[in-house]
Amino acid sequence: MEKTMDLTLKVWRQKSANSTGTFETYGVKDVSEGSSFLEMLDTLSEDLVEKGKEPVAFDHDCREGICGSCSMTINGIPHGPEKATTACQLHMRHFHDGQTITIEPWRAKPFPVIKDLVVDRSPFDRIIQSGGFITSRAGSAVDANAIPISKATADYAMDAAACIGCGACVAACPNASAMLFTGAKVSHMNSLPQGKAEKDRRTLAMVATMDGEGFGGCTNVGECEAACPKSISLDMIAHLNRDYATAQIKNFFKPVA
Amino acid sequence: MALSGLVLVLFVMGHMLGNLQIFLGPEVINAYAYKLHELLPASALWAVRLVLLGTIAVHIWAAVTLTLDNRKARPQGYLEDKVVQASYSSRTMRMSGIILLAFIIFHIAHFTVRAVPGMQYESESKESRILEKTEVPLVKDGEAVLKNGQEEMTFNVNDMMVAGFKVWWVSAFYIIATGLLCMHLTHGFSSMFQSVGLRNGLWRRRLDRAALAYGWVVFIGFAIIPIAVMAGLLKQDPTGGLVSQVGETAAITESLEK
Repeated sequence: MEKTMDLTLKVWRQKSANSTGTFETYGVKDVSEGSSFLEMLDTLSEDLVEKGKEPVAFDHDCREGICGSCSMTINGIPHGPEKATTACQLHMRHFHDGQTITIEPWRAKPFPVIKDLVVDRSPFDRIIQSGGFITSRAGSAVDANAIPISKATADYAMDAAACIGCGACVAACPNASAMLFTGAKVSHMNSLPQGKAEKDRRTLAMVATMDGEGFGGCTNVGECEAACPKSISLDMIAHLNRDYATAQIKNFFKPVA
Repeated sequence: MALSGLVLVLFVMGHMLGNLQIFLGPEVINAYAYKLHELLPASALWAVRLVLLGTIAVHIWAAVTLTLDNRKARPQGYLEDKVVQASYSSRTMRMSGIILLAFIIFHIAHFTVRAVPGMQYESESKESRILEKTEVPLVKDGEAVLKNGQEEMTFNVNDMMVAGFKVWWVSAFYIIATGLLCMHLTHGFSSMFQSVGLRNGLWRRRLDRAALAYGWVVFIGFAIIPIAVMAGLLKQDPTGGLVSQVGETAAITESLEK
């Protein structure tokens, strides 16, 4: 028979963006160890609805670890204690009967809480809008093998493209810096031939937008890499720094019209 | 942070290697001080000093603005905040930096300006004077260097360092501060490569190890001098190392006083 557990949850409840939030403590009973963390929260919400209370709001969509919607800090670690795992893919067998679990939203100035555990992550969209694309003739799709790309480059770009934009890096960073997210996006596009043409413009624009959104600066402590559910490496931040420095120098010495 | 840090990282190594000459004898460290002060015009020495102070100012300015920006980016913290992989050194850079700044100020007041009360090594009044001889002959190959028939004099750095580190709390402060410098460097040395993009997964591991080694070398190189003084291994030499043998030192001191 499957094991079950009783848990105490300390959950951040906040009615709206403008109201002040507090922690509420709830008990959940008979949680199956095979259920996911979000399913456990669904159980809690069902209980709350039955009691005529407001259910806990949290972002979720695919529930298979690829959409980047789920976003909650579980016991002090974004997405919880399992390495390279999103909250939706986190299973309750990693917790034990009688445990108290603290659940908080991402904490960062650019990510204001909308409700309970839901935060506004549109700053990431604006970073993408400022450079996370290639400018090319629209039309029918180009043949996949029209531009040869070496295996090493393709692998590297794929590792960078694995970023699902969940924001755990910002949440984990003691400075609420978005360098890992921006680094992954810049490394992805700048390393491929299609993206190289706009490399400098893209790097400068995306960093400027990132700074403008109010994210903190990187102090190279590496907490983002540890929290990232897709294991994006600090190498992507080094890549961003390298491309940024190069772009700045080129920009400085560009011919004056 | 990275570029100003690089200047300071290189400076501490040079400073440490310079200091270690005290183990080669009083005449060597005194001659080293003489070279630093007299070889180039005073303006060059001041230029170097200003560049170093300016670098520290830039380093502090960068740290302060970065800290303020970072505080603003996280107005509300977590109820529970776990650290997964960030090193202790990396999380305490501000604290180690602030203590190091206090140390640098004390260190300059102590050995450069020589204005710390009770430690004015070249004080005019006899009572507050700590060193027997503040000016000693410059010694080369065991003999005093003559210039225009006169003995060329130099400041008695050896005795100043030994007298300075005989005060237990001064020695303790120097050892603690250089320990913090070791911590500061174990993060900073490797971090500066990341900041300018000269790092990848392989080099991160290598540079982290190099940073740890660099930090420890700097710590041991600096801390060994107060330790050696406290252990009685380094002694004052009012002759400036003219004669290294202990027996003859007394005789020379007498003749100098005549």
